[in-house]
Amino acid sequence: MANVSIRDIKKSFGPVSIIKGVDVDIEDGEFVILVGPSGCGKSTLLRMIAGLEDITSGEIRIGPRVVNDVPPKDRDIAMVFQSYALYPHMTVAENMAFSLKLKGVPQAEQKKRVSDAATSLGLTPLLDRYPRQLSGGQRQRVAMGRAIVRDPQVFLFDEPLSNLDAKLRVAMRAEIKELHQRLKTTTIYVTHDQIEAMTMADKIVVMHDGVVEQIGAPLELYDRPANRFVAGFIGSPSMNFIDGHLDAGGLALPSGTVLPLQVRPALSSDNKLTYGIRPEHLELAAPGTAGAIPATVSVVEPTGADTTLIAKTEGGSVTAVLRERFHLKPGEAVALKPAIHKAHLFDSAGIRVSSN
Amino acid sequence: MTIAFAPSTVAARSSETRAMSFAFLAQIILILNSFVMLYPVVVMVFSAFKSTGEIFEHPFALPDFTQVQNFARVLGETSMPTYFLNSIVVTGVSILLILLLGTMAGYAVARYESRTNTVVLLFFLAGLMLPLKLAVIPLFILLRDLSLLDSRWSLIVTYTAIGLPSAVFIMAGFLRSLPSELEDAARIDGASEPRIMWSVMLPLARPPMAIAAIQNAVPIWNDFFFPLVFIQTDSAKTLPQGLTTFMGEYTTDWGMLFAGLTIAAAPITLLYIALSRQFIQGMTAGAVK
Ligand SMILES: Nc1ncnc2c1ncn2[C@@H]1O[C@H](COP(=O)(O)OP(=O)(O)OP(=O)(O)O)[C@@H](O)[C@H]1O
Ligand SMILES: [Mg+2]
Repeated sequence: MANVSIRDIKKSFGPVSIIKGVDVDIEDGEFVILVGPSGCGKSTLLRMIAGLEDITSGEIRIGPRVVNDVPPKDRDIAMVFQSYALYPHMTVAENMAFSLKLKGVPQAEQKKRVSDAATSLGLTPLLDRYPRQLSGGQRQRVAMGRAIVRDPQVFLFDEPLSNLDAKLRVAMRAEIKELHQRLKTTTIYVTHDQIEAMTMADKIVVMHDGVVEQIGAPLELYDRPANRFVAGFIGSPSMNFIDGHLDAGGLALPSGTVLPLQVRPALSSDNKLTYGIRPEHLELAAPGTAGAIPATVSVVEPTGADTTLIAKTEGGSVTAVLRERFHLKPGEAVALKPAIHKAHLFDSAGIRVSSN
Repeated sequence: MTIAFAPSTVAARSSETRAMSFAFLAQIILILNSFVMLYPVVVMVFSAFKSTGEIFEHPFALPDFTQVQNFARVLGETSMPTYFLNSIVVTGVSILLILLLGTMAGYAVARYESRTNTVVLLFFLAGLMLPLKLAVIPLFILLRDLSLLDSRWSLIVTYTAIGLPSAVFIMAGFLRSLPSELEDAARIDGASEPRIMWSVMLPLARPPMAIAAIQNAVPIWNDFFFPLVFIQTDSAKTLPQGLTTFMGEYTTDWGMLFAGLTIAAAPITLLYIALSRQFIQGMTAGAVK
């Protein structure tokens, strides 16, 4: 086990700069998730940690050792790929033992480690099968087994669950989490699914366009997003944003509706602000209620547990998740009242303005 | 219910019958075709066990398969064993070299990014376009200057050069289609580059290698042209060239000639049967996901 430290890492493919200076510190035994939209450079960063991609500038340490120029096999890491990358011509057991065989581990020891890993993942009955004879979920498990037998210092996962169906994904999520609690191996996990990030991570690194937008514990990112991008990315359905400006009574929308603020922020030159409120922090109010956003119902989606209401307002479409059931028809006028202490404010550059 | 279902059942049945009759027709055509293909082979093998008299009297009769004197004479009284060995050595070594070099070059072209890649591939492709027989005179001079003329090596290097372009092309195309994550996984598992090629890529590349092998082995085994130009010594001759001398000497003994032909045709037929599964797999790879 080891900590991983990433210092001012940059990566360019030719003239195109993909990673533009990333700093992340990962503690020993931590489960860190890199999350961000497609193409933001998560896989590239992970592959640099693995040694599969060379580093344009910066420094990566695993434990006390700088690994910039250390080949993958000497970094003491194991990686699970999105496509699993199982060797098609080897049985499950051979797949899992391949790295041990290359390392020259004695046959008996190989066998024992493979069977231990297989037992812990429920793969024992499948050991003699070939990858093509396995289901997607089983392949995924074998890929994990192949990583576990090596007992590495760091586990790297690149979207390991994205090829599984929704139900299996939820089950595997729990299983990986449980595995991590048992092995306590430092883990770096890439996903673009923010729910995976929220449920599994000790620490989330939100990336966007090759830079880190924010690093923090899942609930920290949810409660205090550092900027508009993180606010919109974390949480589902995502946060509503309404533009307005600061005024005596609070935040004024163009039509004159004033949304009260808990604390009046100190603002510099322009008074332009973006008001952010999560769908679950809105409640239904009678049209005309003070401090509520006037809206017109456009879509109602009951999910059973709650109801998602999508409504048109002067600031664009707003989504609300409401606990109670109600009967509303599209076109009906309503008002949506934000919970004052749950509001987020962002300045015109998209940076969080401390309001509480 | 019955009424509602009747039309669709009828439709299903008629389309089923149509598919059945099509399959049936295809089978008939294929069976007829295999008769046409096998007929000369069967006549050749049958005649190899008959005396010349028997061949002309009962050309299609089943021979007595215990009568192996034709084979005994061919192997005992002629240079046939030498020709046979030469053919095996020349074809075998050429194919080995083609597969070895072709796979290595194909791997490099497919996997290592460099500016010269395209140039290398185009160079090999140019070889694919150019019939080497046109260059036989410069080739002759080249081999003479290398003092390879009149030896088995003259054939081996020529065949290897002819076979390489298509082998590189086939191998590069196939290796490129293998997911690069496989190599990454092997790299992380601790495999060196040669080891990745040997333990991961090559086992997966068997079908295209079988194609490259068969596709080159048949023309090399049968080739008459280059031995005719390069080889004079009897001890360096291969089967096709050897068999011609044969024809002059034994025109009266058809039985022996057929025995010689049977021996000449056997290895490549056996090779084809041995590799046919891989061959078909390679041909249909990608067609069926
Ligand atoms: N070998 C390469 N050559 C050039 N550009 C590359 C290469 N590999 C990746 N890129 C580019 O780098 C960017 C980041 O790619 P990366 O695979 O890291 O994205 P990602 O965040 O993992 O996205 P996803 O969620 O879709 O997997 C992309 O714009 C991609 O086009
Ligand atoms: Mg990726």
